Amino acid sequence: MQMPDRLDDLYKDIILDHYRRPRKQGLLPDPDLKSTGFNPFCGDQVVLTVSLDADGRISETGFEGEGCSISQASASMLAAHLGGQTIEEAEALVQTFKGIMQGDELSEEEEDALGEIVALQGVREFPIRIKCALLGWTTLQDAIADYRKTQAG
Amino acid sequence: MYDIQQVRKDFPILNRMVNNVPLVYLDNAATSQKPASVIAALVDYYEQYNANVHRGAHTLAMEATVAYEEAREKVAAFINAPSPENIVFVRNTTEAINLVAHTWAAERVGAGDRIVSTEMEHHSNLVPWQHVAQTKNAELRLMAVGADYTLDLSDLDELLSPNTRLVALTHMSNVLGTITPVKEITEAAHRVGARVLVDAAQSVPHMPVDVQEMGCDFMAFSGHKMAGPTGIGGLYISPDVIDEVEPFLRGGEMVLEVTYESATWNRPPMKFEAGTPNIADAIALGAAVDYLSGLGMEQIREHEIALTGYALERFRELEDVETYGPTDLSVRGGVVSFYMSGIHPHDISQVLDSFGVAIRAGHHCAMPLVRSKLQVPATARASFYLYNTEQEVDVLISALRHTMEYFSDADARQAR
Repeated sequence: MQMPDRLDDLYKDIILDHYRRPRKQGLLPDPDLKSTGFNPFCGDQVVLTVSLDADGRISETGFEGEGCSISQASASMLAAHLGGQTIEEAEALVQTFKGIMQGDELSEEEEDALGEIVALQGVREFPIRIKCALLGWTTLQDAIADYRKTQAG
Repeated sequence: MYDIQQVRKDFPILNRMVNNVPLVYLDNAATSQKPASVIAALVDYYEQYNANVHRGAHTLAMEATVAYEEAREKVAAFINAPSPENIVFVRNTTEAINLVAHTWAAERVGAGDRIVSTEMEHHSNLVPWQHVAQTKNAELRLMAVGADYTLDLSDLDELLSPNTRLVALTHMSNVLGTITPVKEITEAAHRVGARVLVDAAQSVPHMPVDVQEMGCDFMAFSGHKMAGPTGIGGLYISPDVIDEVEPFLRGGEMVLEVTYESATWNRPPMKFEAGTPNIADAIALGAAVDYLSGLGMEQIREHEIALTGYALERFRELEDVETYGPTDLSVRGGVVSFYMSGIHPHDISQVLDSFGVAIRAGHHCAMPLVRSKLQVPATARASFYLYNTEQEVDVLISALRHTMEYFSDADARQAR
């Protein structure tokens, strides 16, 4: 019995590294944005907190979660990547990531901008796991929607 | 003698390769595979006598009606129901339970009444009762799961108060494999005048089930877990209670006489089957019942006891793997839920798939049981059926060893 190679596309070392040693662990005490995402399919959970600076740019992130390697690594990568973006830019980032999961090809510049997040591309070959990879990102989207409501209200 | 290799030939899908290796299908608690005879019954209906039932005097309509009602007779005999009238065809176990919740329970459970269920229910036998309790201001109480993963019956007499209207419990847990003492609990429930609904989704496919011996008032089961097609299941309603149950859906076929102002109901089971039923799948469920009866439910149960015993023995060889469920095989079905420290069940399932092994990962639609009682976020689950072999268990165990190595190698690489 031999380990099939295709698994290595999914479980890239950088992904397993984020799973074992998640970045930005712990919730911010007084965040501007906060949301909880849940994937009932496999019980994955992510709580994401985001703080904004005076210019409305993301200054700090923190998350807690429980779940499979893909869901937690993806949330860790997202939390680590966020910083300096406006809300609109963060939203665009979520759309870009969703596009990647749907098969969009990236230009070299786009790949450079995303950094290690590109490693999650391999998840595309395992469609059932896309939901896991998206969890942190849809949680950010929900947090932004909630934030907008409180701003409007 | 149970000839497992001969049995396997009856299931075309077992020839399939998955990721270039033979399929090892161990997700039978989710749904079972279908023998060729069941698939043929579907094709035969659509190619030879597709017609609506209980109306029209033409040949095809007559043949379809006869086959549909014969399927009901087969299902009734299979669970030893007193009459085919006591079998209502529904979509699945969930629909069967909801039918009772929306009809009988909606009328018979009132403010201050009690419904008793258990901590090991599938969501389908928990969520409908939460709804009834909330809307009727009734109370939902749960029998506890003990340390040995069986039901704790020590406070049963206290639970079964005089205001208890219904006891709704599983016959076999889809997470733990626990077989519950339904007969004993039914007798106790009847002593206080409560009705009993049994979720038999996991038991009817795997062991002899006799509703009259059990004494229950309602029993729900699904065709697709018992070698039949999806989209068809059964609700048994006992003669004692059938007159207390109002129709769930209203429309054609369930009526006797209709005026512009009102209608009277057809007799059971038609009273509960409004609209064109799932004719093809009901007929194919009849074929599944024939298939299971041909093998013998006692023989199937024996095969699964032996296989589960073997699997549990092999699981004990694996370090850092915890299994859940009773160790006494006489009260356990062919379900092995397990947890591997440090590897999420979803990742286990992913790696096993690359070895052709199909298992389930998650909370198995029993979220409170997995999280509160087993105290893990999710489990992996291997579940067996009549066509599984010891060799397949060996493949599972070997693939699990590879899974552990794969993730510990990755950890080692990162440590460097």
